[in-house]
Amino acid sequence: MELLISLIIGVLTASGVYLSLRGRTFPVVLGLTFLSYAVNLFLLVMGRLTIGSPPIITDGIIQYADPLPQALVLTAIVISFGMTAFVIVLALKAFSEMGNDQVDGQHKP
Amino acid sequence: MMNHMTIFPVILPLVAGILLLLLPGRLLALKRGVSLISVLLQLIVAGLLLNTVNSGEILAYALGNWSPPFGIVLVADQLAVWMLTITALVAICALFYAARGTDSSGAHFHTLFQLQLFGLNGAFLTGDLFNLFVFFEILLLASYSLLLHGGGRLKTRAGLHFVVINLVGSTLFLFAVGTLYGLLGTLNMADLAVKVAAAPADDAVLIHIAGLLLFAVFALKAALVPLYLWLPAAYAHTSAPVAALFAIMTKVGAYSILRVYTLIFGAQAGAAANLIEAWLLPMAMLTLIIGVLGVLASTRLRQQVAYLVIVSIGTLLTAIGINSTAGITAALYYLPHSTFAAAAFFLLSDSIAQRRDVMDDQFEPGPIIQQQRLLGSLFFITAILIAGLPPLSGFIGKFLILNAALPHSAFFWIIGVILITSLFTLIALARSGSMLFYRAKAPHSCNITPGAEPRSAFALTIELTPVACLLLCCIGLVIFAGVVTGYTAATANQLLQPEMYIESVLRMEVIKP
Repeated sequence: MELLISLIIGVLTASGVYLSLRGRTFPVVLGLTFLSYAVNLFLLVMGRLTIGSPPIITDGIIQYADPLPQALVLTAIVISFGMTAFVIVLALKAFSEMGNDQVDGQHKP
Repeated sequence: MMNHMTIFPVILPLVAGILLLLLPGRLLALKRGVSLISVLLQLIVAGLLLNTVNSGEILAYALGNWSPPFGIVLVADQLAVWMLTITALVAICALFYAARGTDSSGAHFHTLFQLQLFGLNGAFLTGDLFNLFVFFEILLLASYSLLLHGGGRLKTRAGLHFVVINLVGSTLFLFAVGTLYGLLGTLNMADLAVKVAAAPADDAVLIHIAGLLLFAVFALKAALVPLYLWLPAAYAHTSAPVAALFAIMTKVGAYSILRVYTLIFGAQAGAAANLIEAWLLPMAMLTLIIGVLGVLASTRLRQQVAYLVIVSIGTLLTAIGINSTAGITAALYYLPHSTFAAAAFFLLSDSIAQRRDVMDDQFEPGPIIQQQRLLGSLFFITAILIAGLPPLSGFIGKFLILNAALPHSAFFWIIGVILITSLFTLIALARSGSMLFYRAKAPHSCNITPGAEPRSAFALTIELTPVACLLLCCIGLVIFAGVVTGYTAATANQLLQPEMYIESVLRMEVIKP
């Protein structure tokens, strides 16, 4: 499972970096979204991968999942969600004001 | 009451921001009043805290009464309170200036302004790395909207770049935080300092990676070369009071560098000791050089001021990079000076640009501006401040930095770079001053209608009071230089002995239920 998760994080990050280096706003927004997905998964995994273990203290249970990364990732998801919404609106505003969807505002045919 | 004082700089702007959101938009005067009262209260609280921490005491505040390292702590030490005071002073002046009309060019200016202060104050006070991330996001989100406030094509383009680069920065921050948590199991800064120092050698490489990732994030916020490209466009195109407030925002990056790399990755950090020592000084000096090239090459006044912000960040981080008590003392003296001077310059260049009609702030001979003697004198004082000529605070700040550089092994380079960049700053400012004030033509000879109708004495006073206040703060830094350097020296000592910080956070007493 470790291998699979790290592969997923790696692929997400790589595609995020590639897309956010593109010249148009839509791929850039997608790239930022991929990057935030990658980092959210990464944060979650930092509490170590466990299956079927509870995060809250219960009688008769020895192995627990670390609850803190779950709380961290929840915060990070909310923040990145808000930021994505903001950057989409901004990209639309830039498109309507500059007449094209290039990140630097200059149309290149 | 005194126990709860630490939380007030965070709570006040938040409450004021929410209150302002509830007030209807047509009650602009009321909104201005609420906003101003909130900032004034923040200044008073910062003053009271300054009085308390002056003795060397460190106030730790456990949110929700959860004992550290399990809960989030706010820590008011000398550095944090120093930053709070500077922020409140700049904010009052920027707000006064904004109340002349910038705040009516779009909805919710005051709410965003307060939320920006909420993020700034929180970032200075927090003692938790993840919480620092959260406050960064708050101040960034507010700054995105403030930057775009009023609208316009150039603002949107600069804003888009600013948002995208900062979102990438946030992602890197989270990767670094995640790595540190995965290795050490804590995010409380004091606890991290203990754990990093005791980390096994096997983890050293990963801790180095996380620490350097954090450095990249803070360098981005501070606009260090090569991560400074977002700054000139963003600061040059936004409205003047927002740019003035943003003068403190790059300092958040410098603050974080100072905090994290003295506390967590300082001299006592075992395998990760003095992690960024090899990086900070060369990068800061490179920032100085590139910033001053930008100052020389600028074609507009506001662009020039934006590059001057980069120069000041370069100087500041050079002083921090010297990595000695004297260096940090000098940096903490230079920090308020450069913030006030840059903020005053942004406001002043707006006043100048308004009077030049269609020429705006371009460096081309324009019409003779109204009140040119008054504005010219203010420009002259500000230029002297920024270039670092005697007798004003820029000179004392740079002198302290040069003096601190003497024992350093690379003192030749540090002194050379600082002196040469100061010379070029002086040349560039002299050139822009003569272009704006001496080479102006009478209105009829350059086919430009003179600017707006003459301003009344009252309007002029209102307009220039914030600039004068900021310049007075700088003059205050000169008059009370002994007191101020005493305080910054104590702060530098406190920073270089992180045991006190760690002790007061981890040993703090939580009220038992």
